[in-house]
Amino acid sequence: MLAYIFRRLVYALPILIGVNLITFALFFIVNTPDDMARMQLGVKRVTPEAIEKWKADRGYDKPLFVNAAAGGVGTLTETIFFEKSVRMFVGDFGRADDGRDIAREIEARMWPSLAIAVPTFILGLLVTVSLALLLAFFRATALDFWGVVLCVALMSISGLFYIIGGQYLIAKVWKLVPISGFGDGLDAWRFLILPVFIGVISGIGSSTRWYRTIFLEEVAKDYVRTARAKGLAETVVFFRHILRNAMIPILTGVVVVIPLLFMGSLLTESFFGIPGLGSYTIDAINAQDFAVVRSMVFIGSVLYIVGLILTDISYTLVDPRIRFS
Amino acid sequence: MSDFQIVVLWSDILVWLLLAAGIGLGVLISRSPPLLAAWQRVGASRPGMASATVLLAFVLVGLVDSLHYRPALESQPGESKQYAIEVLSALDALVGPLRTENEKTYSAPLATHLHAKETVEVPGVGTVREYPRLKYGGAHLDDPAQRDDDVAVTVLRGVAMAVLGWLALAGAVAFANGGWGAVWGGRTRFAWNAVLATLGAMLLVLLPLFLLAADYHVFGTDKVGQDVLYQILKSVRTALIIGLVTTLVMLPLAILLGIVAGYFRGWVDDLIQYLYTVLNSIPGVLLIAAAVLMMQVVIDSHPEWFATAAERADLRLLALCFILGITSWTGLCRLLRGETLKLRELEYIQAAQAFGVSNGRIILRHILPNLMHIVIIALVMDFSGLVLAEAVLSYVGIGVDPSMTSFGTMINNARMELGREPVVWWSLAAAFSAMFILVLAANLFADAVRDAFDPRAA
Repeated sequence: MLAYIFRRLVYALPILIGVNLITFALFFIVNTPDDMARMQLGVKRVTPEAIEKWKADRGYDKPLFVNAAAGGVGTLTETIFFEKSVRMFVGDFGRADDGRDIAREIEARMWPSLAIAVPTFILGLLVTVSLALLLAFFRATALDFWGVVLCVALMSISGLFYIIGGQYLIAKVWKLVPISGFGDGLDAWRFLILPVFIGVISGIGSSTRWYRTIFLEEVAKDYVRTARAKGLAETVVFFRHILRNAMIPILTGVVVVIPLLFMGSLLTESFFGIPGLGSYTIDAINAQDFAVVRSMVFIGSVLYIVGLILTDISYTLVDPRIRFS
Repeated sequence: MSDFQIVVLWSDILVWLLLAAGIGLGVLISRSPPLLAAWQRVGASRPGMASATVLLAFVLVGLVDSLHYRPALESQPGESKQYAIEVLSALDALVGPLRTENEKTYSAPLATHLHAKETVEVPGVGTVREYPRLKYGGAHLDDPAQRDDDVAVTVLRGVAMAVLGWLALAGAVAFANGGWGAVWGGRTRFAWNAVLATLGAMLLVLLPLFLLAADYHVFGTDKVGQDVLYQILKSVRTALIIGLVTTLVMLPLAILLGIVAGYFRGWVDDLIQYLYTVLNSIPGVLLIAAAVLMMQVVIDSHPEWFATAAERADLRLLALCFILGITSWTGLCRLLRGETLKLRELEYIQAAQAFGVSNGRIILRHILPNLMHIVIIALVMDFSGLVLAEAVLSYVGIGVDPSMTSFGTMINNARMELGREPVVWWSLAAAFSAMFILVLAANLFADAVRDAFDPRAA
C-alpha cells in the first residue's frame, strides 16, 4: 500500500512540472514582464523608468532562465524561472501586489472556504443521492419522468441565477439571514446557511440525473435479477444490493473533488463576501495580480493530483476486486 | 455607390463556415445509412424536435446578426464618403427602432414613464418632482391611462395574426404529410406534431411581443436607457458563437490526439496522456483566467491591430473560444482514446492490417466512422455547458469584451439592480429567462441526440 502510494506520488511529479512549465510559459513567455507592466501601469503615463521600477518591485527584472552575470549557483537561481516557478514546489509563493505574503494569506483564507465547501459537499451528496435513489426506485413511472424533466430544467438554470435569486429572496425580501459577510468562530453559522443552501440547490439537477443513471445501470445487472429470483423484497434488493454497489462509481467520482474543496467557490464567495480562497482568486483576477493567479493555478493542480491519487486508493478500498498493482 | 460598407468580422466568417460545414455534414449523413437512421430517430423524437424548433429560432437570430456593415455618414456632395465607426448588423437594420430609441435611464416593462422621479419644470407651476414621460415608450398615446387598452388591443391583434399564420402553416404541413389526422395522431415519421405545437406557442408569444415592441419597451430599459429586448437579441449571437466555435476548436484536437493515442499506443499514447493529464489538472476556471489575462495584455499592447472597437471585441470573443477549446478537449480525447483502444482489437481492423492497408486509411475509413456517434453526442452535450460558462466567465471579468452584448455582460451590468429601491428586476429576469430557454432547448435536444446515437441506450 505505502509503496503504491509512493509510486503514485513519483508519477505525479512530472505532471506538476508540466503544469509549472505551462503556467510559466503563459505568464512570462507569451507576454514579457514589460507587457504586464505596461498594462498594469496604464498605457498613458508609462515611462521606461516606471516599467523598470514595477519589474524590480516584483523581481521580474532578472533574466528568464540563465543569469550569466550572477555567476556560480546564481547563474541558475537568480532567474525568474527559479524564483517564481521552482520555489513554488516548496510552498514559497512570493508576495502579492499589495505586498502580503501569498502563502500566509492562503493559510488564513483556507478556513472560511472550507466552512462553506465542506457542508455544501456533504449535504449536496446526501440530498442528490437520496433523490436519485427515489427516482430509480420509482423508475419508469410518472414520478421518475417528471423528476428527470425537473432535473433537466434545474440544470438549465444558470448558477448565477441561483445565487442572485436566492440572495434576493431569502436575505433581502424575507430577511431570514444576513445578505453577506462572515463572522468569527461559531458566530459564522448565520452567514453560512444561505451559501450552503444555495450551493446544494444549484447542484441538484445535474448530480441527481447523473446518479440516477448510475443506479439504473446497476438495476439492469444480473445479480439484481438473482436477488429478486431468490424472493427478496424490492426494498431489500434496493438498499442492500443496488445502493451498495452503486456507491462504488459514485464515491470514486466524488473523491477527486474533495481536495479541491480547499479552493472554495469563486462565485459563492464573491457574492456573499466570504473571505475565502475563491474570493481571493476573483479579486486577484480583477486586479490582474499575476502572482496570486499563478499561485492558485499551482495549488489547484496539486490538489487535483492529490484527488486523483485518493481516487485510485478509494477504488481499492471500496472494491475488493481491485488490487494494488 | 452604396450607402454602406460591408464589414466581415472573423467571427462572421466562422459562423458562415459553420453553416456551410453543417450543410456539408448533412449531405454526408444522407449518404451514410447508419447515421441517417440515427438522425431519423432524432427526427421522430418529440422533445428533440420541439427543442430543435426553438434552437432554430435562436440560430436564425444569430445568423441575421452575423451580417455586418458600417453605414455611411451624411456627407456633402463632392466629399468622399465617410463611414460610421460603429459596426451594425442586419439584425440592427431589421429592428431599427429598438436600437436607436433609447430612454434616459431605467423604465419598467411596457412603461410610459421613467422608473425614477425627476425634477421637472412645469410652466406656471414651477418645479415638481414627478415621473417624466418616456421619449419613445408609449409616446403615441395622448393619455398614458389608455396604455392598458392599447396593450390589450395590440396583443389581441398579435394573437389573431399568430393563429392565422399558424393555421396556414399547419394546413400546409398536414397537406404534405397525409392529412390532419396523420400529423396529430403522430403517424408521421418526422415529429411534425411537436414542431407545429412548438411553432404555435412561439408565434403566440413572439408576434404580440414584437408588435408591442414597436411602441413600447417590452422588457423595459436598462441603466443607460437601452431596450432590454434588443440586448437579448444581440446576446444570442454571442452565446451561439461561444457554444459552437469552441467545439470547432476542440474537435480536431480531441479527435486527432484521441485516435492517434489509442491506435498507435506506446510512447505516442504516453505523451498524449501526459499532455491531457497536465491540462486537466489545472482547474478549468483558473487556466481560463490565466490565459484570458494574458490575452488581454496582448490585445491592449497592440491597439493598432483593430480598426474598430467591434473588431477588437470580436477578436477577444474568438480568443475566448480558442482558450475554452484548448481547455476542454481533454474529456472527449480520453473517451475517443478508450474507444479506439477497443476498436483496434476488433477482427475487421486486424483484417485490414493483415491486408496491408495503411494506418492512415484504417483510421480514416474504419475507426473514425465508428467514433462519429461519440463525437456528435459530445458536440451537442457541450453546447449548453458553454453557454452557461460564458455567463459565469463574463461575470468574473474574464469573459467577452465588456462592450460586447452577451448574457454574461447583461447580468454583470445588472448585478446591483436587485439592491436598488424600488427594485429593478427586468434586465436580470429577461437575461436569465432567455438563457434558460436556450440552454433548456439545447439540453433537451442533446438528450434526444444521445438517445438516438448511443448504442448502449435503446
